[in-house]
Amino acid sequence: MTDSALSLRGLTKDFGPFRAVDDVTLDIRRGSITGLIGPNGAGKTTLFNMVAGSLKPSSGTVSLGDVDITGRPPETLFSLGLARTFQIPRPFRRMSVVENLMLAPPAQIGETVPGALFRRRNVARQEHALRDKAQGILDFVTLSHLADQPAGMISGGQMKLLELGRALMGDPSVILLDEPAAGVNPTLTNILIERIRELNEGGVTFVVIEHDMDFVMRHCDPVIAMAAGRVMFQGTSEEARTNPELLDAYLGTAA
Amino acid sequence: MIGLVSYLTFFLTMAGIMAIITLGLNLHWGYTGLFNGGVVAFFGAGAYGTMILGGPSQPDQFGGFELPYLVALGGGVVIAGALAWVVGLLTLRLRHDYLAISTFGIAVALEAVARNAQWLTGGARGLRGFPRPFEDQIDNNFLFGVVFLLIVLTVLGLIWLSIERLVNSPFGRALRAIREDEVAARALGKNPVRLRLWSLVIGAAIMGAGGGLYVSYTAFVSPQDLLPILTFQIWAMLIVGGAGNNRGAVLGAVLIWGVWTLSGFALTRLAPASMQIDAGSIQYILIGTLIVCMLIWRPEGLLPEKIKKSQPMTARKAASNSTRE
Ligand SMILES: Nc1ncnc2c1ncn2[C@@H]1O[C@H](COP(=O)(O)OP(=O)(O)OP(=O)(O)O)[C@@H](O)[C@H]1O
Ligand SMILES: [Mg+2]
Repeated sequence: MTDSALSLRGLTKDFGPFRAVDDVTLDIRRGSITGLIGPNGAGKTTLFNMVAGSLKPSSGTVSLGDVDITGRPPETLFSLGLARTFQIPRPFRRMSVVENLMLAPPAQIGETVPGALFRRRNVARQEHALRDKAQGILDFVTLSHLADQPAGMISGGQMKLLELGRALMGDPSVILLDEPAAGVNPTLTNILIERIRELNEGGVTFVVIEHDMDFVMRHCDPVIAMAAGRVMFQGTSEEARTNPELLDAYLGTAA
Repeated sequence: MIGLVSYLTFFLTMAGIMAIITLGLNLHWGYTGLFNGGVVAFFGAGAYGTMILGGPSQPDQFGGFELPYLVALGGGVVIAGALAWVVGLLTLRLRHDYLAISTFGIAVALEAVARNAQWLTGGARGLRGFPRPFEDQIDNNFLFGVVFLLIVLTVLGLIWLSIERLVNSPFGRALRAIREDEVAARALGKNPVRLRLWSLVIGAAIMGAGGGLYVSYTAFVSPQDLLPILTFQIWAMLIVGGAGNNRGAVLGAVLIWGVWTLSGFALTRLAPASMQIDAGSIQYILIGTLIVCMLIWRPEGLLPEKIKKSQPMTARKAASNSTRE
């Protein structure tokens, strides 16, 4: 087993003539909370999309631990322990919050037609267990009071928490968070950070895209910075804080 | 009096068949978000399939296998499902609108085949004669009507129970997730192509059952039964009743069939002779207006989709009772 949770080798994405991600080679340390920063349009979300399988890389490879996952469709990655959230939340709007969670676990008996029709006893038992698990996770992300609400009705910040909760239902080993604190009020952000730290202590690796520098400097280590599709900096948050190039390109405007 | 009861039996039989087809469309559109623009294709596949498998043999005509009723009906269902499977394999990987276009196209193509493949479908004249279930045991027309209504209601009941079971299971939950947001569902490990294909095939098979029942009632099928009007009617039923709610689908089927029947009556009785020729188009306009009004004022239908709660009703009632004590 390598000590990288994720290894990216020469990852590149072209949209027509435009190169959104340019030859990115990275190792995400297992058990880290890695921060990924960079100005708008730097290619951060595109990089996530390639790792999570939503976009096929133009070239380069991605491995999850020792497993080459390059070009695999996203639905196969969740059961391998790779989960992600979206920059703009994507709740299942006309489903209740608790259903949003119960949906997630892979390989449910009742998810096949024969299982749903003919194995009712087993399905009921599994549903019972899933509901307990979902309620536990809803407590964890402080959404249990909204369990029966349609997910389309909760606030944007709560949707971010919901996405984290949904991801957790699959017991992932690596979670990619795309701007988890954007548009979220400070109270919810603090809850989110606390939860991320707690999960991280339990062994979950995080990669977090975030524009909130305070968040990144306090909670992420290492920090990776991208600009114009390339990795321009990798180091500890301390090094990031004092890197003149970074200050110039990014922090200068944000801080 | 018996005339009225007899007519009511006829009405309910037809409404029941429509309700079956609407339940199939509800699985497609209401639960999965699949836009099926060719409902009549799957209805027709079931109708002709049942007729060819179960009908009497005729000179110069393929088919007429005179298979037992349930086998013929089952065969029609399988043929409708198989058609959907092929359509699904070809289109479900593509963008959503391709399904709408291709199902519509299949329906038109099927009508053309029915009109022209004389050896198989009897061409424009259609296929006539079908050994209707229990027909030779019951020589009273009225009684036969009642028995057939019971058969339709039994099939409707069985389909209702199976669909309810499906949509309330994790399978149904995954279908709804695909409908709501495919990208998010994929990120959570759900395979949209597999789920859509199942939904498409099962819904189409149910439409095929409607077609099979229809021809075994009328003992006649022709290309006239394959016109787009049926697709339009079934959509009206689902939109008015409430997509994503099976009760709504059945209610909508009965209501719209009622409106259709009554408006047909009214037009033949009241409209001046010069307008009689356009009576059909006036009915179209009426139903179309109804759809538009629903979409403006009550887009969720008469019986909207319900959001699933975290606990079954009984458990919640018990919980609220115990807190009150
Ligand atoms: N599907 C696409 N087709 C064409 N161009 C795209 C596509 N997706 C992203 N881009 C372009 O690629 C570049 C990188 O976009 P990306 O979303 O990865 O940036 P980002 O670093 O996440 O920015 P932000 O901080 O604003 O979220 C942008 O210039 C964007 O316009
Ligand atoms: Mg982004």
